[in-house]
Amino acid sequence: MSIEVRNVWKHFGDFTALAGVSLKVETGKLTALLGPSGSGKTTLLRIIAGLEFADASDDPDWGRVLFHGEDVSNIPAGKRGVGFVFQHYALFKHMTVFENIAFGLTVRPGSARPSKKAIADRVKELLELVQLEKFGGRLPHQLSGGQRQRVALARALAVQPKVLLLDEPFGALDAQVRKDLRRWLRGLHEKLHVTTVFVTHDQEEALELADEVVVMNQAKIEQIGDPQVVYDRPASPFVIEFLGNVNRLVAGLGKLNISNKDVLYVRPHDVEIRRDHAPEHSLRARVLHVFSAGNYGRVTLQRLTTGEPLEAEVPRDQLRSLNLQQGDEVFVVFRHVRLFPKGQFYETDVKDETATEADISGGI
Amino acid sequence: MQRRVLPGFGLTLGFALMYLGLIILLPLAATFVKTAGLSWEQFWSTVTSPRVVASYKLTFGTSFYAALFNVPMGVILAWVLVRYQFPGRRFMDALVDLPFALPTAVAGIALTSIYAKTGWFGQWLEPMGIKVAYTQVGVWVALTFIGLPFVVRTVQPILEELEPELEEAAATLGATRLQTIRRVVIPALLPAIITGFALAFARAVGEYGSVVFISGNMPMKTEITPLLIITKLEQYDYAGATALAVVMLLVSFALLLVIQLVQRYLFRSRA
Repeated sequence: MSIEVRNVWKHFGDFTALAGVSLKVETGKLTALLGPSGSGKTTLLRIIAGLEFADASDDPDWGRVLFHGEDVSNIPAGKRGVGFVFQHYALFKHMTVFENIAFGLTVRPGSARPSKKAIADRVKELLELVQLEKFGGRLPHQLSGGQRQRVALARALAVQPKVLLLDEPFGALDAQVRKDLRRWLRGLHEKLHVTTVFVTHDQEEALELADEVVVMNQAKIEQIGDPQVVYDRPASPFVIEFLGNVNRLVAGLGKLNISNKDVLYVRPHDVEIRRDHAPEHSLRARVLHVFSAGNYGRVTLQRLTTGEPLEAEVPRDQLRSLNLQQGDEVFVVFRHVRLFPKGQFYETDVKDETATEADISGGI
Repeated sequence: MQRRVLPGFGLTLGFALMYLGLIILLPLAATFVKTAGLSWEQFWSTVTSPRVVASYKLTFGTSFYAALFNVPMGVILAWVLVRYQFPGRRFMDALVDLPFALPTAVAGIALTSIYAKTGWFGQWLEPMGIKVAYTQVGVWVALTFIGLPFVVRTVQPILEELEPELEEAAATLGATRLQTIRRVVIPALLPAIITGFALAFARAVGEYGSVVFISGNMPMKTEITPLLIITKLEQYDYAGATALAVVMLLVSFALLLVIQLVQRYLFRSRA
């Protein structure tokens, strides 16, 4: 079941939660709505679910939600065939795990309600799916956070939703549980292929889990694309800053006509440190701090000309051969940078373009 | 003994016990001591005389029905106060506490004047054959009046904290509004409802001021037990008065204990 959102606006009093958002989610895809808090991602999810309604408009093409091409904008949540999972689980505390999962089936009107046995079978099936076979008789408060979230998921899946919507599903869990559950959810999606949209503010989660990432900021969509695309080809300074660590430097480069106000972005793993020879296009920097754990060492530097901080990720063996000490002056080369001059943006692969190499050296 | 971050357990526990002893246990013990002045036969004949038994039935019966009636009414009031914003909400919220604050005699006189034959309600109800003032119905009205705040004030905070997500979850699962209330909201409120009921009931059993005006105090018909206690005191029959007090005390305590046990049984699920 595909989802389409057309020109959705949403105001809460004076606050604009969504400013003309349009989005298409294809059938069977796992999509992440990624953004900082207040970016409108949860509101968008709730509008898709029917828990919130877009601002009314006379234009029939505005503020619409379509499931498989069919307009569901005015259909209440219970009739949209969506499964919704809340950040804080929202399990019914007085019901057992079994009763929680069965809830959606037992509230059906007489004719559509499955028999007791059919309900029991279905619940059993779901308990197996979420690996909680032995927990049917437990009450929610007897479960851990991760188990509760899996019960919430089973409860949402019980009614066989055509669309699964998850609001910060791992937001309230420990880092380790989060990771396990993330992987497990990916596996579940591969098995069920239900069109799924989840909200998160964790870029790692979005990149690892989703087929497609929708980056949101200030009530608008900044970029839509698969994880590789949004990470490698960010469409705006916001996206590059929000997705992973990045160094932000005032460019100050000559020949390309870039003014001092233009901003240059470079990921720490695209920063190369050299000791001895100084190629044309390098910056000079001082070592402030060296931290080494795992395969990569992190080096904090300070650009000599401007005093800007700069972070580099250096493979461990290379770090060893460099033998950096605090206070050392070194040369820094960027493998790949992105420039955002005055609203527009272009990128440069430093090594491929001699012109750019020269420019960067000119700016130092 | 485990070490605690906050010291003072011994001190505060000692203080709490002493305070409870002074304020509650000592006077209660005195009633038992005073009652002990009676022989068993005297005690038994005092507490089982027909007039007294009739008063138990009236007191506990009307208190029960008044508290029961306040459950749906109190829940609806709490619901309106918590869930909706409307002009006059704060005023309404303050109004709920009035039965707490009003001297009960004032409430009794006000109710009596309204429900008497010539009063605002009485003049319409009487021709329809419904007598309120000076009947058991009047007792019930007074006890309903004074019991209302208990249910509202116990349910209100729980309702305020009830996550809206629970109702939203029920809605996305296809439950109708009525199913959501019956299967999700009411069960979540039930512990508070039972507590509110118990408080309203306990308050009603001990009520005197508002009832004596509206009941008319007819022996065997509209005499409540607290009134009989006062009557005995006025006749300097202290032992007889405390004998009735002891019975009321034991029955009330037993009822509250039962309510407590029921609640614990029902909500053992919620640690």
